[in-house]
Amino acid sequence: MAPRTLYDKIWDDHVVHQAEDGTCLLYIDRHLVHEVTSPQAFEGLRMAGRKVRAPEKTIAVPDHNVPTTLGRENPDQMPEESRIQVAALDKNAKDFGINYYPVTDIRQGIVHIVGPEQGWTLPGMTVVCGDSHTATHGAFGALAHGIGTSEVEHVLATQTLIQKKSKNMKVEITGSLRPGVTAKDITLSIIGHTGTAGGTGYVIEYCGQAIRELSMEGRMTVCNMAIEGGARAGLIAPDEKTFEYIKGRPHAPKGAKWEAALAYWKTLYTDEGAHFDKVVTIRGEDIAPVVTWGTSPEDVLPITGVVPDPESFTGGKVEAARRSLDYMGLKPGMKLTDIEIDTVFIGSCTNGRIEDLRAAAEILKGRKIKVKRAMVVPGSGLVRAQAEEEGLAQIFIDAGFEWRLAGCSMCLAMNPDQLAPGERCAATSNRNFEGRQGRGGRTHLMSPAMAAAAAVTGRLTNVRELMGEMV
Amino acid sequence: MDKFTTLTGIAAPMPLVNIDTDMIIPKQFLKTIQRSGLGKNLFDEMRYTPDGKEIPDFVLNQPAYRKAQILVAGDNFGCGSSREHAPWALLDFGIRCVISTSFADIFYNNCFKNGILPVVLPPEAVAHLMEDARKGENARITVDLEAQTVTASDGTTFHFDVDPFKKHCLLNGLDDIGLTLEKAAAIDAYEAKAATLRPWV
Repeated sequence: MAPRTLYDKIWDDHVVHQAEDGTCLLYIDRHLVHEVTSPQAFEGLRMAGRKVRAPEKTIAVPDHNVPTTLGRENPDQMPEESRIQVAALDKNAKDFGINYYPVTDIRQGIVHIVGPEQGWTLPGMTVVCGDSHTATHGAFGALAHGIGTSEVEHVLATQTLIQKKSKNMKVEITGSLRPGVTAKDITLSIIGHTGTAGGTGYVIEYCGQAIRELSMEGRMTVCNMAIEGGARAGLIAPDEKTFEYIKGRPHAPKGAKWEAALAYWKTLYTDEGAHFDKVVTIRGEDIAPVVTWGTSPEDVLPITGVVPDPESFTGGKVEAARRSLDYMGLKPGMKLTDIEIDTVFIGSCTNGRIEDLRAAAEILKGRKIKVKRAMVVPGSGLVRAQAEEEGLAQIFIDAGFEWRLAGCSMCLAMNPDQLAPGERCAATSNRNFEGRQGRGGRTHLMSPAMAAAAAVTGRLTNVRELMGEMV
Repeated sequence: MDKFTTLTGIAAPMPLVNIDTDMIIPKQFLKTIQRSGLGKNLFDEMRYTPDGKEIPDFVLNQPAYRKAQILVAGDNFGCGSSREHAPWALLDFGIRCVISTSFADIFYNNCFKNGILPVVLPPEAVAHLMEDARKGENARITVDLEAQTVTASDGTTFHFDVDPFKKHCLLNGLDDIGLTLEKAAAIDAYEAKAATLRPWV
């Protein structure tokens, strides 16, 4: 057999049927569901008198709408429309018999944090969810991508998707990262390099020493933002770190099944000489702590940079950059470190895991915030509990942060956590689009450590300046 | 799903690059449990002031484009979130075709599930159609899916590519789930085989 990429191997193992024109029916191993993109799909099933084909492979959790303040189990905390949407998921999960983590369950959290945490996500699987950040699960060497609601209904009814194969793209990060540089800086730097459409039509495999050196949490951060670079899915070949992370999780295989799974997982790598349609190589040493300045995730610069001049771009980007600077209230030539911040948001499926909270707490220890408000929203109830046990919660609270319950929160501001018009936020989330965190809100994306640094200085800050002897 | 065969209609020019799904339909409108009714909130934050008044400069608020059925847009249209509310909002407004140099994958796919045709054309062709669209309601653009052509009001015709299976489904308004369920035996067989090969899944 010709050498195959990791993507080729997972794809081949999931083809149910291939038509002459190459259109495939692909089997789906795990279907994750949340309250926003599923109600119309379940309604479609009801109208057609269909059942969920594999309820045991379907996992639902409410995350987008849920308040993150204490006492949220009282439905009065939610606006009526949100309450209806969450209640619809409660009912659909019960009626169709799927796995469910309701708001009151300590395991509730952001769907992309709950899946891996509970051991639902395993190497070599196909994983889908009506959410573009499903790419997160690619960190385990699973083929994972977002789908629309019509496809959610299709997967519920048939446990398959109609797909054409994407092209293969390799993104290699060589060498090691320098101090203060994290997985978030890697993933933002890649998007800065390739643009938001650079990965369109591709599945990315991230590789190289700097990727190998990342923890599973860091790898999830990298894959999470594959979609921001246009790629539906990002993958990292599983290794000992992956197996170690999975072992013992509630839905991980046990006993003889574990041994069989492990043997299979160890075959999940790109063969020597396999073909990639596009290759991008970045030196790990060249990656700096970065922030975004505009309203597209490709608007990335090292924190030591200045706000660019729109005229320095070409094509349609000139007008887009002008519009971005106007929206962001910035002038060309301004030093990024002179940009003052009102609010800090640490959380989201990009950076709401325990390691992210540790990195932020490391900077915040013994310091106080100089911004108007700062909040930490752990990615799941279990992350929150662990952070409390490790003493991180107290560090956040002492620094002046609000310590919240799990959910998507201010990443997309569907719940009450929103920016006011003109309010400027240092955010660890994934999108800086106009209005994303609230109408007129201004978002700068960065790592948890950089967001913590901004919190204690009140402006965008090079985290290295606060790291003292660590540098 | 409604069929898409041919369409002659007003095209609205939106030359901005990277129009994302948060722009197309902001999150506050994702709380619906219906597919319909989103048209009034299409491009909400570009279209209305915070107190709900129309912003006269926005293209779909201009008299010539209020009944637009086609959008001609900048590169990478539909990037960002997977929300199918974006094509639902376009459809509910009356948009049946979007023309650009490129689309984000998930949005592109979602269009076909809702009777909307996304057309990819080279930059020169999109520039030509953008100019045509700027002429307003007198400049009707014709899109013919069977022939895979877009014709500007001056008669210039551009050919576009589309996946044959997606084309077939859109021309006939076919329901994917119904088609897939015809292959239920293949799915059963796959599941039986996978249960032996990968029993831990």
